[in-house]
Amino acid sequence: MDYYLQILSNVGIFITLTLSLNLINGYCGQFSLGHAGFWGVGAYASAVYGVFFALPIDPTLNMIIAVSIGFLAAALCGLLIGIPCLRLKGDYLAIATIGFSEILRIIIMNTESIGGPRGFTAIPKWTNAYWVWGMVVLTTIFMLNLKRSAFGRAIISIREDEIAAETMGINLFRYKLFAFIIGAGIAGIAGSLVAHDQQFLHPNNFSFMWSVSILVMVILGGQGSVTGSIVGAIILTILPEVLKLIGSDISTWRVSIYAALMIILMLTRPQGIFGPYELFEKKRMQKGRA
Amino acid sequence: MTTPALLNIDNVTMRFGGLTAVKNVTISVGKTDLVAVIGPNGAGKTTLFNTITGIYSPTEGSVTLDGQKISAKKASDITKLGIARTFQNIRLFNNLSVIDNIRIARHTRINYSFFDGIFKTKKYRQEEKLITEESLKLLELFHLADKKDLLAKNLPYGAQRKLEMARALATRPKLLLLDEPAAGMNPTETKELSELIHFIRDQFQIAVILIEHDMNLVMGIAEKIFVLDYGNLIAEGAAKDIQNNPKVIEAYLGADIDTGH
Repeated sequence: MDYYLQILSNVGIFITLTLSLNLINGYCGQFSLGHAGFWGVGAYASAVYGVFFALPIDPTLNMIIAVSIGFLAAALCGLLIGIPCLRLKGDYLAIATIGFSEILRIIIMNTESIGGPRGFTAIPKWTNAYWVWGMVVLTTIFMLNLKRSAFGRAIISIREDEIAAETMGINLFRYKLFAFIIGAGIAGIAGSLVAHDQQFLHPNNFSFMWSVSILVMVILGGQGSVTGSIVGAIILTILPEVLKLIGSDISTWRVSIYAALMIILMLTRPQGIFGPYELFEKKRMQKGRA
Repeated sequence: MTTPALLNIDNVTMRFGGLTAVKNVTISVGKTDLVAVIGPNGAGKTTLFNTITGIYSPTEGSVTLDGQKISAKKASDITKLGIARTFQNIRLFNNLSVIDNIRIARHTRINYSFFDGIFKTKKYRQEEKLITEESLKLLELFHLADKKDLLAKNLPYGAQRKLEMARALATRPKLLLLDEPAAGMNPTETKELSELIHFIRDQFQIAVILIEHDMNLVMGIAEKIFVLDYGNLIAEGAAKDIQNNPKVIEAYLGADIDTGH
C-alpha cells in the first residue's frame, strides 16, 4: 500500500513540476532546461526550515510555512537567473539555464551543513499525498485561469510572435520574467513537498537529467496544454513503475524507452498528445479554412 | 496640412555600423492625415517605420508624438502612447483564434489586476465581457466576426491582412502605420483595401502612414507622399507633383544619360 501511495505522491509532484515548466516553456515559449534546479532549491530551502528553524507548532502550519519558503526561495532564484538569461533566446537560453541549475546543484553538493554529497536527512514528515494532490488542484486552477486572463494571453502572445507582441504594448522582458519567476516558484513548492514527504534529499535527485524528464512530460502532453501536462506527467511517472512490474531488467532501459517514445511522438504527433488545447475545449478552432 | 502636427520626425538618422539606412529625414504628419512613404527597394522605408515604433532607436534626431519625445522609448511604451502598426510580412498570433488576436491588442487598457484574473472575480468577468464585446464589434467592422473562432493561420491571405489592421486598431492608436498592406493582393483586393484605409481614417479619426509599392493605391489615396531613396528624403508633396518630379523618376528609373545634364 505504501508503495502505491508513494507512486501517487510522485505522480502529483511531477504534475506540479510539469505544469510549472509548461508556464515557462508552453505558455511563454522560453526554452528553459534548468527546472530541476528550482525544484532542488525549493526542496532544500524548505528542508532547511524543517530541520533547523521549525517552530513548535502544528505540522500543518509548519508545512504552510515550509511551502511558502520553498516557493519564495525558488522564485528568488528564478528572478536572479531570469534577469541575465531571459535576454537570450532559444538554444542559448537553454544552455544558460542548464548552467545555472547545475551551479545551484553543485553549491548544494558542497554545503556540508545540509548534508553535502551524503544527502540531507532527518527532514520532518509534514506532508502526504493529500497535500500533494491539493497542490496539484491549486496549480491546475491557477494555470487554467491564467490562460483565460489578459495576463496569460500576453504571455502566450510572446510565444507566438515576440515582435508582434511588443507592438501590441506587451513588455516582453517583464512578462517573460514573470512567467519564469512563477514557474520557478511552483517548482519550489513541488520541491518542498518532496522534502517533507520523503524526508531525505540528495543533490543528484535534482540533476540536469530531471530537467530533461520534466521537459519530456511537457512535450509529450502538448506545450501550452494544462490537460496535456497532467497526462504527460502521469504517463511518464507510471511507465517506469509498470516496466518494473514486467521485469527489473526493463527498468534499466527507462531512458531508452523515453527516447523511443519521443521519436515515435515527434514523428506521429509533433504537437504532443493534446497540442495546445485542453481536454474539453471544443476543437472548433481546428476547423479548416472558412 | 492645416491640422496641427501629430507626429514629428525631426532630422532622424539611422545607422547600422557603416550603413546609413535613413539619413536626416524630417517628416511631419497631421492628426487625420493619410500619407504614403514610397521609394525603391532598400530605400529605408521599413527602417523609418521601425525607428518610429521603437524597434530601433534612431542614431541621431528625434521623433515626437503629440509633442512628447518617443525616440528613446521601448516599443511597448510607444504603443501605449498611440502608435500601432502592421508588418510587411504578416505577423499574426498564428495559433490563436481571430478574436484572441484582437483581445491581446487591448493589453494596454486592461482594467483588472492579475489576482482578479486568477480568482475570476466579478471585475474580471465584467471586464472580459466588455473586452469580448468590443473585440467582436471591431471584427464586425472588418467583416471577420463570423470567423472569430478560427485560428489566425487558417484565414485566407486577404483576411489575414485585414485582421492585422483590426488588431493594430484595437490598441486604439492615434497613428496607424501600414507596411505594404497591398503586397500580394490582386487589383480587386487592392481597390477594396484603398476603400478600407479611407474608412479606417474616417471612422477612427486617426492619422495613417503607409508604405506601398502599388502606385495605383498610393496615388489614389495618399494626400501627401514622401519619397525616400538611399535613406534620403528626395521629395514630398501631392501625387501630381511627385509623379512629375525628375528626382523621383530618376530614383525609380535611373538617370537619363542622353539629356547630358
